Amino acid sequence: MASTIQRVITTLHERRFLFEQLVHRDFTQRYKRTVLGMAWSILSPLLQLFVMMLVFSQLFGRNIDHYVIYLFAGNINMSYYREATKNGMRSLNANANIITKINVPKYLFLLSREVQALFNFGLTILVFFFFCILDHIVFTPKMLLLVYPILCLTIMNIGIGMFLSAVFVFFRDTEYLYDIFLTLLNYLSAIFYTVDRFPVSAQRYFLLNPVYVIIKYWRTIVIDATIPSLQFHLLMAFYALGFLALGAYMYKKYNHQFLYFF
Amino acid sequence: MSKIECNDVSIRYITGDLKAIGLKEYVMRKLTNNYHITEFWADRHVTFAIDEGDMLGIIGSNGAGKSTLLKAITGIMVPTGGSVTVHGKIAALLELSSGFDGQMTVRENTYLRGAMLGYTKQFLDDKYDEIIAFAELEDFQDYMFKQLSSGMKSRLAFSIACLVDPDILILDEVLSVGDGAFRKKSGDRMREILSGGKTGILVSHSVSQIREMCNKVLWLDHGNQIAFTDEVELYCDAYEEFLQTKKLPKTREDIEKLAKGWDVRTQNERKKKAEATAKRLQSIIEKGEADEALMAAVRIIRKNRPEILVDNYEELLEVE
Repeated sequence: MASTIQRVITTLHERRFLFEQLVHRDFTQRYKRTVLGMAWSILSPLLQLFVMMLVFSQLFGRNIDHYVIYLFAGNINMSYYREATKNGMRSLNANANIITKINVPKYLFLLSREVQALFNFGLTILVFFFFCILDHIVFTPKMLLLVYPILCLTIMNIGIGMFLSAVFVFFRDTEYLYDIFLTLLNYLSAIFYTVDRFPVSAQRYFLLNPVYVIIKYWRTIVIDATIPSLQFHLLMAFYALGFLALGAYMYKKYNHQFLYFF
Repeated sequence: MSKIECNDVSIRYITGDLKAIGLKEYVMRKLTNNYHITEFWADRHVTFAIDEGDMLGIIGSNGAGKSTLLKAITGIMVPTGGSVTVHGKIAALLELSSGFDGQMTVRENTYLRGAMLGYTKQFLDDKYDEIIAFAELEDFQDYMFKQLSSGMKSRLAFSIACLVDPDILILDEVLSVGDGAFRKKSGDRMREILSGGKTGILVSHSVSQIREMCNKVLWLDHGNQIAFTDEVELYCDAYEEFLQTKKLPKTREDIEKLAKGWDVRTQNERKKKAEATAKRLQSIIEKGEADEALMAAVRIIRKNRPEILVDNYEELLEVE
């Protein structure tokens, strides 16, 4: 275990230049080919937010303080999760013609996509803070703690991305099944409603959903200006590391079989 | 210490239902006991070792397992059985044009490919101009890769792979890139690298190329190792005869018999060719003015085989 981690770190260090080049390529593919380029990364969540505001603020908004921020916090985290895991899922297949011809560490392709998704997420966070100002949210030093959910979500995305990319190599319909799963997850993550309406015993089950846990952390820090409990922090770490371990396990186990399926 | 050592390497492919069926279909077929996969051995018990300065030629007809073996040596594939040990940095030219990005410029692609082959930014900065000059793409550096002709693409790929400085060079059917002039240039470059004491593996369907460049030969057939030897000429002869007769050798005698057969065959062909040439020349001479033609013939004989001429031929010529 420790030796594997050490090897990954050495590889990352040795192949830093390749990694930079891959990130550069993915950015080119993503932004240069569209007229709107980077602006689209900001416009798209804004549009989504706008529609949700129109529809849901009448339904749910009346009982929730700072409903726009509440929505937005849910939205950007969900979008990041969706984009990172879906990009990760395709990362191996999209580079199949390289993987079958040149001996390169395969996870570099995945990590490069993750860097891109993280960058996009960063852009939406900037917009998020802009909305916070408009909504008269008080900025406190506690907000620095938001680094923690960002870190946890990123690690989790890498793990889930690894897992999905391995499964996607074997089963091509993973993409469609995962889309269905994402839609369900979207509704189960309390993005536009609060869990307060459920009985207390049922509210606990929401904690089984890692994306919801991350979103809740954001809302607690930004809207309530309080720091979640230590247990809550540990739960997030558990999810992040657990999924990373799962993804790494899948990679290690099936790494050498991918080739037969391209 | 050997540079490359393959010890009883076997590689199995699995084919059958597993590709392109989805998860739903997989579960259904598993449940109904309708899931079939078949195994296919691309290589079986291949054993060889080459040292520094060796150039190994791998021969065998299509589907012999040559490329699969190279994948195992370059580390792309892990052998199902046996082991591969490699000491040194490998530059492999497996398939030239894969892994480029059409939307990026020639310059960006050069760096990307260089990075994949394991080189640093500094190294590529130093070599970049040389690479572009060798590929003759000076005027196209900022073109998008997809705008290049296919010849240009392979020229770039070839230049990147062979202007870098590997310990071990692996070439899979790549010496036939580009137009005639570039092909000559790339062949020269290859020979230059190899004469510098590098270790190399060459897969080629051109046996004469193997004869010219290799000092060891590995012969594969349908995944089986027929021979690993340093008697390049003998085994290349046998292989070429095998290509004609399709009789697979089993023992040393078979090899010698095949090589002998090839010898006879080439001699016969040479004889036939000589006869054909003689006929052609004769017909040319006969077409000309009788006297001049005869004189030309006599002069040639005088020069090459004077002993068959009678003593007084000069008088004869003058009389005529």
